[in-house]
Amino acid sequence: MRARDPKIRSTDFKEVALGLTEKQAVKEARRCLQCKKPKCVAGCPVEIDIPAFISYLRDTDFSGSLRVLRKYNMLPAVCGRVCPQENQCQGSCVLQRKGSPIAIGALERFVADYEMKKGITEKAEREKPNGHRVAVIGSGPAGLTAAADLAKFGYEVTIFEALHEAGGVLVYGIPEFRLPKKIIQREIEFVKSLGVTITLNWVVGRTQTVEELFSEGYESIFIGVGAGTPQYMNIPGANLNNVYFASEFLTRVNLMKADQFPKYDTPVKKAKKVAVIGGGNVAMDAARTAQRLGAKKVYIVYRRSEAEMPARLEEIEHAQEEGIKFEFLTSPKEILGDERGYVKGLRCDRMVLCEPDASGRRRPECSGEDFVLHVDQVIMAIGQTSNPILVKSVKGLDLWGAGYIVTDNEGRTNLPGIFAGGDISTGAATVISAMGAGKRAARSIHEYIMDTSSRTSPQKALSKR
Amino acid sequence: MYRIVHKETVAPQVDAMIVDAPYIARHHQAGNFVVLRIHEKGERIPLTIADSDKKEGTITLLFQKIGKTTEELGTLKAGQSIMDIAGPLGHATPIEIYGHCVLVGGGIGSATLFPILRALKARKNKITVILGARTQDLLVWEDRFREYADTVLLTTDDGSSGRKGLVTEALKEVLDSAKVKIVIAVGPIRMMQAVSEQTRPYKVRTLVSLNPVMVEGTGMCGACRVSVSGKTRFACIEGPEFDGHEVDFQELASRLGFYRSEEAQAMEAFRKKCKGKCRSKGVK
Ligand SMILES: Cc1cc2nc3c(=O)[nH]c(=O)nc-3n(C[C@H](O)[C@H](O)[C@H](O)COP(=O)(O)OP(=O)(O)OC[C@H]3O[C@@H](n4cnc5c(N)ncnc54)[C@H](O)[C@@H]3O)c2cc1C
Ligand SMILES: Cc1cc2nc3c(=O)[nH]c(=O)nc-3n(C[C@H](O)[C@H](O)[C@H](O)COP(=O)(O)OP(=O)(O)OC[C@H]3O[C@@H](n4cnc5c(N)ncnc54)[C@H](O)[C@@H]3O)c2cc1C
Ligand code: SF4
Ligand code: FES
Repeated sequence: MRARDPKIRSTDFKEVALGLTEKQAVKEARRCLQCKKPKCVAGCPVEIDIPAFISYLRDTDFSGSLRVLRKYNMLPAVCGRVCPQENQCQGSCVLQRKGSPIAIGALERFVADYEMKKGITEKAEREKPNGHRVAVIGSGPAGLTAAADLAKFGYEVTIFEALHEAGGVLVYGIPEFRLPKKIIQREIEFVKSLGVTITLNWVVGRTQTVEELFSEGYESIFIGVGAGTPQYMNIPGANLNNVYFASEFLTRVNLMKADQFPKYDTPVKKAKKVAVIGGGNVAMDAARTAQRLGAKKVYIVYRRSEAEMPARLEEIEHAQEEGIKFEFLTSPKEILGDERGYVKGLRCDRMVLCEPDASGRRRPECSGEDFVLHVDQVIMAIGQTSNPILVKSVKGLDLWGAGYIVTDNEGRTNLPGIFAGGDISTGAATVISAMGAGKRAARSIHEYIMDTSSRTSPQKALSKR
Repeated sequence: MYRIVHKETVAPQVDAMIVDAPYIARHHQAGNFVVLRIHEKGERIPLTIADSDKKEGTITLLFQKIGKTTEELGTLKAGQSIMDIAGPLGHATPIEIYGHCVLVGGGIGSATLFPILRALKARKNKITVILGARTQDLLVWEDRFREYADTVLLTTDDGSSGRKGLVTEALKEVLDSAKVKIVIAVGPIRMMQAVSEQTRPYKVRTLVSLNPVMVEGTGMCGACRVSVSGKTRFACIEGPEFDGHEVDFQELASRLGFYRSEEAQAMEAFRKKCKGKCRSKGVK
């Protein structure tokens, strides 16, 4: 895909990838073999009918193509930009063997953007209001999708969001240069056009409890609160000044617009040399953001080797082009501080990969050699985990691991009327899987409410506990 | 949008504000705080809920104007609105039947002790309140405290009201003369640290309410992390009250100073913009 010049783009926050031209898109679409048993579909977490949307594209019927996409995917403009296609549709495409899979992600993005460019607004079709009310907690991809589908089925839906802006990670986590905020704004406007109400500054569990939502007349509740609590790295110096969690660093810039301080009131510290710990999308985003804030040197410090990096391929490539330096097989063990309590370096162990274990994974092991990266800022991007506020407030809710909600494949929890999906049930995953979970849960909620006969009143069920 | 119902100045540089926020008022428990953002370009700042009226659906905030955001908040008048308020956040103060409790407030921190005092009194505890300030003008809500506390002791640095000296001296006398079960301290870091050191030899349980920098206040960023018993805790979801004997106050003080130059810059820009006549439009 075309991208802006790395020298220029790494100094601003405008979108990096430029997308395909109409000509390029149609040409790429015509390369598709229209397989009878399409491998790409099997690789897609929501099983989009990929050959079908591509076939409309071949015939330059862009709105036909979008119709297919929208049937499966509420957020094609988002997913076209952020899905790890190389592990999903594109990675499964039969042409992958020849080394040239169809650029399905780029095509998806093209179709979604075409609609936006042409100013075509999709008509929000929905069933007649059915008089039933559903509450959705959290406005990330899981919540937005569940809300949109339920509204289409005819439900009166309210989304409750803790922050002052809707969108979840899409607004506070993923930076503007990768996912322009106007795209999310547009999707949120679409959800609202379906009649969905979004109530902001509403921390369910604190501002109002789930029990109270039921007693206010919501018949079912979908929980899509994500897994937003950053994981802590227990090494000396982790609380020095200028050590950030990626979550805080990105929230300051993306949600609070700290890059525009003092026009916006929230500041963020700009550093000269930055080390980002981690190898996922969050680490790439933090590193590239630090660079855009003016850092002269940015390191990605990752314990394993390049092959194990969980970030999207495109982000790794873009980061490399922009001059981010990768320190693979490097494990941080101490953050060094000066006498004022500010970061002055990161001491790391050099690692080596040992022989594959039973699972075939090659674990990194200390080589015994260590060294210091001289940096004045350290950003920890080693993962997110479940946020306790909501889950702990719902009595009797079955949890697993670090506090994730147990659900079946259709989003049902152990409690009647309460459904969940996205990162809060799977652990940190992807936009598309959260969206898929929202979709499946919307169907289950529909079934649950329609199936009045087998339904126990949620209030009763809750008061029984 | 959260409408300001009432606003007054209670001490030099300290304002109180009553705001319409029915759901927050309904769930408010002593020790909770809110995070607010005045307008679209504003910063999110935490303020303790100093009082709530569940029937009227309002909460009271009391704030010291020490920087850009609190200064701007102070320019808002009754009838205007604050764009975002989220809460109530943080754990509630553990309210039990303790026996003799001592509440120690320093400066503006005193006022935020008020809901704790009322809740403890409702459980029939015997309560001594020690309020300290630099000077008499800065002692706020003394009358309210007198209404609920068994004893109120005042200390000022300059002796303009109550006794001259520090809260710790008054506290020591109480500890020496009575069987104190719990001490709760809210105020400047140095004062909370001194209180904790004062109670340590007496082995009296001591809670301090920490005020680290926060961003969203719901456990999603880690800005508010503090070290307690050598472990890292998020003050917004695991606090804000912690065992004063275990808190690393020095780290907290250092982290609170992290943005000092930006804070000065923001204040400077704000003053320049409003040319001494600071009036925020807030939001309509
Ligand atoms: C920096 C970053 C980059 C990423 N990059 C990619 C990528 O390139 N590709 C990809 O596929 N995935 C990526 N991910 C992962 C992806 O964003 C998540 O998997 C996805 O957003 C999960 O969606 P969700 O709806 O479950 O939760 P979230 O998007 O986390 O949304 C949850 C929402 O619920 C709200 N909430 C929480 N608690 C409450 C409460 N008590 N009451 C009300 N509201 C509440 C939160 O404020 C939030 O808005 C990235 C994640 C991060 C952090
Ligand atoms: C749980 C909690 C409850 C609080 N309750 C009250 C209260 O009831 N009344 C009151 O007057 N103050 C309270 N504070 C402190 C208040 O949040 C800060 O005074 C305020 O954020 C200052 O913002 P500013 O822009 O006016 O000043 P700035 O110039 O930005 O900052 C002045 C000082 O305030 C602190 N501070 C700055 N930004 C933040 C932030 N986002 N979060 C926390 N502290 C910050 C720093 O120490 C800084 O040096 C509380 C803080 C916490 C964490
Ligand atoms: S697997 Fe590849 S070639 Fe086959 S239909 Fe899918 S995209 Fe086209
Ligand atoms: S303020 Fe963000 S985690 Fe506490």
